[in-house]
Amino acid sequence: MAGLLEVEHLSVALPTARGSFKAVDDISLRVDSGEILGIVGESGSGKTMTALTLLGLLPHGARTAGTAHFNGMDLLRCTTRQLQQIRGRQIAMVSQDPATSLHPILTVERQLTEHMRHHLGVGRSEARTRAIGLLATVRIPDPEQALTSYPGQFSGGMRQRIAIAVALACEPVLLLADEPTTALDVTVQAGILRLLERLRTERQLAVLIITHDLGVMSAIADRVCVMYGGRLVESGSRAEILSRPRHPYTRGLLDALPHPEGGVAQLRPIVGSPPSLGRVPPGCPFHPRCPYAVPSCRTGRPELVEVTRGHRLACPVDPLAELTGQASVTG
Amino acid sequence: MNGRNAFGHRASAGLPTNGAGQKSPPDALLEVAGLCVDYGRGAKRVRAVDGVDLNIQPGEILGLVGESGCGKSTLGRAMVGLEPAAQGQVTFRGRPVTTLGRRRRPADLRALQMVFQDPYSSLNPRRSVGALIGDGVILGGGSRGVAAQRVAGLLDRVGLPVDAAEKYPHEFSGGQRQRIAIARTLAADPTCLIADEPISALDASAQAQVANLLGDLVRETSLALVFISHDLSVVRQIADRVAVMYLGRIVEVGATERVWANPIHPYTEALIAAIPRADGRGILPVELPGDVPDPARPPTGCRFHPRCPLVEDRCRSIDPAPAPVDRREVACLVRAGSGGK
Repeated sequence: MAGLLEVEHLSVALPTARGSFKAVDDISLRVDSGEILGIVGESGSGKTMTALTLLGLLPHGARTAGTAHFNGMDLLRCTTRQLQQIRGRQIAMVSQDPATSLHPILTVERQLTEHMRHHLGVGRSEARTRAIGLLATVRIPDPEQALTSYPGQFSGGMRQRIAIAVALACEPVLLLADEPTTALDVTVQAGILRLLERLRTERQLAVLIITHDLGVMSAIADRVCVMYGGRLVESGSRAEILSRPRHPYTRGLLDALPHPEGGVAQLRPIVGSPPSLGRVPPGCPFHPRCPYAVPSCRTGRPELVEVTRGHRLACPVDPLAELTGQASVTG
Repeated sequence: MNGRNAFGHRASAGLPTNGAGQKSPPDALLEVAGLCVDYGRGAKRVRAVDGVDLNIQPGEILGLVGESGCGKSTLGRAMVGLEPAAQGQVTFRGRPVTTLGRRRRPADLRALQMVFQDPYSSLNPRRSVGALIGDGVILGGGSRGVAAQRVAGLLDRVGLPVDAAEKYPHEFSGGQRQRIAIARTLAADPTCLIADEPISALDASAQAQVANLLGDLVRETSLALVFISHDLSVVRQIADRVAVMYLGRIVEVGATERVWANPIHPYTEALIAAIPRADGRGILPVELPGDVPDPARPPTGCRFHPRCPLVEDRCRSIDPAPAPVDRREVACLVRAGSGGK
């Protein structure tokens, strides 16, 4: 069965003053209905660009290659008009910062009903009724009062709930959530994660969640993709990636985390910093920071291969295979 | 330490409700007593920090945690004199911390420094890194020559190459910029650093690098560090003691290990339960319903009572004072047997 969203060999080149560089380099992924797929990566890994590409929201001059099939249409080859029918209707997006994604001087009602009336063709009172229901779904207290309020009158967590309500207004089948909880407190984050989980169960909503927080991934994602320097370096089920990571970068990200259950120890950061656009090293993009790098890592481009069922890895050296050896037998 | 008694006397005179049991040890480097900080005037007045008592020793890392809007940043700013105290006071090495005004800051406060959250806005983009760091030396009375010499040492100290001095902030990543900001504060030879969310704006791998750098600085030079963060899991990793703040008040203070292993205040418990663990087991973190109330109209009684799972009738009317329990101070009527304020 075809997935709801199937991205094949997607590349995105962005123009800069120094020339055109690949921000996303040959990645493939799929999301099924009712599934939560997580993309993990640091800044500059290409994770946000991947989401923007799907909505045709790339900066001017960007070039794309590959395909992104959604409901039988290739999003990369849609006309602007076709994309307008999809954006906000079938695919919606929630961005990191609710303070900037909501319009500060329009009421919540206007922002919740405008695209509903446009896409669904419902009348003013019908839209209002739906808006109240949406606010109740995302657990905003006193929805009727909230409709006449402005975003500035709510706290960060409430604003993000409203942004999610706006995204859900036209009953999309796919939600792109770019760092939806990064700006929020952990207590509020817990509420948002529970909300996404509920929407997935109740509405079969598919969610592509982008985050650098492996704790968030562990709480909510079914499958996890790890991106580095515009490439997909590892992907697999949540349990595989977080308990038996095979790529040295994934391992490094997990080691750099403070461990809630472990003793107090020095944090073990990955040395160096991630490459910026146009400065991705040749060969394996992670080799300058990798403790296991061998000379061949500097030249050969590692391909993503399946190491155990559903677990794909772009590291021919595979130094962590022995640690996870048992996993591949039972896998 | 002779001056301390004189100032301590003045502080207690203006303070009818100093928290019980918060006797600071005589070697406290920075001492906060009955501190209140207000924003706005008259009817619009909001008390962002309401009667906080804290102290910090040399070589100690104190973590200050709480949700956004709880007043932790305001408390941090008041500790270095960036916000005026409405009541109570902050003393540094026995001298009162005066609010920063238009005049030059008193020389004895130079050793009290702050690291800000966002290294993208705290560094002047039009000045070279060497000039930014050198300012700290020149303001302390050093010549330009001395400044130039010390910059190289300071860059090395924070793990940056010496040639970084010629570059500008935009040429660096977020983690490197935060190192530059830390080098700039180190130029003033601080003995106490207040770091307000110093790693929140950074990438995952840079967060651990900067947290380790701050920890190393404290261990090597007996610096005192107040580490303000909303991320309890990071605080747990580096802080010796942790203070949990809710709506302008400290609700629990104690050794980090104890607080983590056995949180007593229900708010501390909720904060810890809300942290998602990266164990791959797919367990959703526990939600704490509701939002932080409006500090302009704080709830009566215990400020946490509208969100508290253990709420009793008396919590709605009695404002709990911090009480010693299990070698820490907790302000909770139910769990700590606190008396009213």
